[in-house]
Amino acid sequence: MNIKANDFMATVSKNGDEAAILLQGEINSLADEEMTGAYEDAVAGSPARVVLDFNKVDYINSTGIALIVGLLAKARMANIHLTAVGLSDHYREIFTITRLSDFIDIQ
Amino acid sequence: MTTLRGFWRKNFGREAVEETSVDSLPVDNTAQIAGPELDITADDPLLPYLQNAGGVVDLEQLALDSPAVGELRRAGVTMIVPLVSQGELIGMINLGSRLSEQAYSTEDRKLLGDLAAQAAPALRVAQLVEQQKAEAAERERIEQELRVASLIQHTLLPKDVPAIPGWTVSAYYQPARQVGGDFYDFIHFDDGHIGFIVADVTDKGIPAALVMATTRSILHSAAERLVDPGAVLQRTNDVLYPQIPPKMFVTCFYALLDPESGYVRFANAGHDVPYCYTGSGIVELRARGMPLGLMPGMEYEEMEATLKPGEHVLLYSDGLVEAHNEAYEMFGFPRLQKLMGEQPQGQLLTDFLLQQLAEFTGADWEQEDDVTLVTFHCLAGAEAPQDEDSGRWREIADFTIDSSPGNERQAMEQVAETAADLLIDDHQLEHLKTAVAEATMNAMEHGNEYDPARPVAIKVLANESAVRVRISDHGEGVKIDRHGEIPDIDAKLAGEQTPRGWGLFLIEKMVDEMSIEQDETQHTIVLTVNIDKADGEQR
Repeated sequence: MNIKANDFMATVSKNGDEAAILLQGEINSLADEEMTGAYEDAVAGSPARVVLDFNKVDYINSTGIALIVGLLAKARMANIHLTAVGLSDHYREIFTITRLSDFIDIQ
Repeated sequence: MTTLRGFWRKNFGREAVEETSVDSLPVDNTAQIAGPELDITADDPLLPYLQNAGGVVDLEQLALDSPAVGELRRAGVTMIVPLVSQGELIGMINLGSRLSEQAYSTEDRKLLGDLAAQAAPALRVAQLVEQQKAEAAERERIEQELRVASLIQHTLLPKDVPAIPGWTVSAYYQPARQVGGDFYDFIHFDDGHIGFIVADVTDKGIPAALVMATTRSILHSAAERLVDPGAVLQRTNDVLYPQIPPKMFVTCFYALLDPESGYVRFANAGHDVPYCYTGSGIVELRARGMPLGLMPGMEYEEMEATLKPGEHVLLYSDGLVEAHNEAYEMFGFPRLQKLMGEQPQGQLLTDFLLQQLAEFTGADWEQEDDVTLVTFHCLAGAEAPQDEDSGRWREIADFTIDSSPGNERQAMEQVAETAADLLIDDHQLEHLKTAVAEATMNAMEHGNEYDPARPVAIKVLANESAVRVRISDHGEGVKIDRHGEIPDIDAKLAGEQTPRGWGLFLIEKMVDEMSIEQDETQHTIVLTVNIDKADGEQR
């Protein structure tokens, strides 16, 4: 199997009880490890809110959606509020279609 | 007895001749001796003299400046008995000297006069019978020629019109009594293209039919070797020119239609300019070129057009536009153009035009020239079957993607590149991209199991109202279940469903139509986005 190098990157920053994850590149199945790691980092101090910054995301596929659903499930278990910023109109629509927008605050 | 063959012809209004031949057969009681054949010209003064002589003419004493008199004397004729019927000279009895070498007596002359009086009407009747026979034979010859011309023409005209999915083609041909030189033809090519020919040979009857047959076969062989309509006409002209009789030529319009795309390329050798019905009016399909067979080394301008659904083309011959009514007005191009605009349904156009022509010319119209009408009509969405076989789809891209994780983006970008110009807005394009990416991913992962030896085949098709993408894998056995579990975020968050399983759900939401074709060796997901649906928000 020829695995294509994934250019996805997730960078965590914290500000009081809020953590932000700057997502960069493509969110697909190959982003799993990087994204899960970043989430673990972000929630390490039990912030009230985690902001997912999609400004530098150019592609999310259905497995990427599944990753986000996975994060959302974890966040809900930990009672952490998820917020999404920087989504393009198209991905806002996809968040609406999938009803992710019912559980993630989209700004 | 002498007959005046040429003189008869002249007097009976048949062909005009300058010379009159005379068969001289001196009458003898015991034997007929063939005399020399003499020519009497039609303007020889002897003829009016005999017509008015009123009896036997003694040639020896005749003082007339006539070449014929000299000729007759040299032939030994001494006396002429004119045969006159109803004031017309219809023959002569030429007599030589009596065998006894005695002069003709008064009694002889009287006898000859009486004979002439009785023979002339009988000869006249015989002449009329012969003339009628000749005329009947001539009529039969002309009728036979018409039958042959008509037979040639009908043998060469196509028996059927092409059956093209998504199109209706019609052809109408009504020969004039004299059978003109119109012909039409269709050429079927292996790649599905159809050639349309309408042509008109100058002249009528058998000569026109023969030139038509020759031209048709040259056109066919040129069209089989050459693709460009301009080149086909050029080749036809070059081959036809040395073969065609002087002063004859052929006007010809040749169009090559790609039924899949509606794209038409055409060239014209001096034929009446076809019309195209479009949503925004009647367009002339103009291209410059001289008639075939007139001059060697001609070049033919090639033009193009693309027919959209609901549009149609009319090819016709001058028999339609040059038809006259009782007031001797011509049907004409402006009338034809106007009528075409009044009949938006291409399938009904021929009947409509013929009805209009009949109203224009009136019931007693004697058709002056052949009338030929050929139409091809691109069926609109509602008229056409909706499957791809309808032929309305034009393939704009065909490529493969290696089955490797992440390669769906490559598929998505390649489709986006080809479809970008066709879709109205970015919003629609984003929808299509997501659907293509998801379907490609599905094909690579589930169908091809990320096997590099099994690439994903992608085709992009378009028509006037939609873009369609076909994505095929080489999946064996396992079928795509579009009616499986519907992803539900509540169930997923509650751990009752896997977080995954969004693929088909997203695809269905992104496109106007999704269908799946699958058999034992492959699955194909067919995605269709309607171009006219600019309000993507409603999906």
